[in-house]
Amino acid sequence: MVANFINHLLQQHYTVAVIEGIIFGVLTRLQLLRTDYRQYPTYPHGKIIHISLGVIAAGLGAIAVPALLEKNYTAVTFLTVGAQQFRDVRNMERESLTRIDAMELVPRGATYIEGIAMVFEGRNYLVIFAAFVTSLFSITFAWYWGIAAGIAALCTSLVFRSGKNIVQIAEVTEAPVIVKGPDLYVGDIYIMNIGLEDTQKLVEKHGLGVILTPRNENSKVTLANLGQRQAILHDLSTVLGVYRDSGEPSLVPMAKLDLNDGRLAVFLLPQVHDSGKAVTAIKHVPVLESAVRLPSESAAHDTGKAGK
Amino acid sequence: MSSIIAIVTLQENKVRGGGAPTFYVEKQEDLQHTAFTLEKILDATAHDLKNGVMILVDHKNSGKH
Repeated sequence: MVANFINHLLQQHYTVAVIEGIIFGVLTRLQLLRTDYRQYPTYPHGKIIHISLGVIAAGLGAIAVPALLEKNYTAVTFLTVGAQQFRDVRNMERESLTRIDAMELVPRGATYIEGIAMVFEGRNYLVIFAAFVTSLFSITFAWYWGIAAGIAALCTSLVFRSGKNIVQIAEVTEAPVIVKGPDLYVGDIYIMNIGLEDTQKLVEKHGLGVILTPRNENSKVTLANLGQRQAILHDLSTVLGVYRDSGEPSLVPMAKLDLNDGRLAVFLLPQVHDSGKAVTAIKHVPVLESAVRLPSESAAHDTGKAGK
Repeated sequence: MSSIIAIVTLQENKVRGGGAPTFYVEKQEDLQHTAFTLEKILDATAHDLKNGVMILVDHKNSGKH
């Protein structure tokens, strides 16, 4: 009788833990699922897909703990199936974004797409983590400790939500667009040769220039990355609009490096001609994970310093 | 790599070879006008070589769009 009662309570205990785990897992997913000016994931169906996957991830994470405690190790291996599932999420995002990209006036570029796809996969693992921790604390201590752990996991996921922005690696300043005959400069950095007088006038009228000065050796490499540059151009044209149409390759926005000091000149023909907004928009462009390099960490630099 | 898909020139002796169709024009305005028309037709970018020759370049394969 007593044993039965305890057993029953134990069952309840697990159920409570799993429910708590799922709730906090889903909350984590919702918190991480923000659609901003980039409008990605798209509303409503893109969101529905990711919330549903979030529920699955939360379920996986929450159920793993009771399965483990009941020594049901086979059930735990199902986590690997989950991981496979979320790798597919990454593939799905990459594929659809790559297809969409072909139809963009200013494409995102492969590096940006890879970054977005990676985020979608990574966030599902954060959801599993949150659900797992909540469920674990709820079972091992008490149901309210589960809630406390859930809140802590939510806060942890906040830390991982956003990476660095351009403002942290470069100084962003407005620069004049100079058209000297067919040559186009932003500040003192050469951008391209424009043959048609018509286009030259257009560029003089609508062109907008910004120069990014890297803060250190590491950020120089990141700014030089072609994917990072394309991401800057894409985000900038999303925010300010772009003065161009298909079949007008001479109006293409461009980012060119000054090879001597690693400064990056960004040239754009926006719909909204506001250099203040352009500077702010560039400052908030995410630094792409795949574009980050840390040459300063290399042993080669250490020996160089020691030699001095 | 980018490729030259047409050449517009004021002086015949500035252009040699047969890699791309060449259009001869007589006046500076015609140079601009022809290059403009070709740019719109070919979806290419017109570049000025600053010697009376303009080339229309297809940048699509160079990563530039």
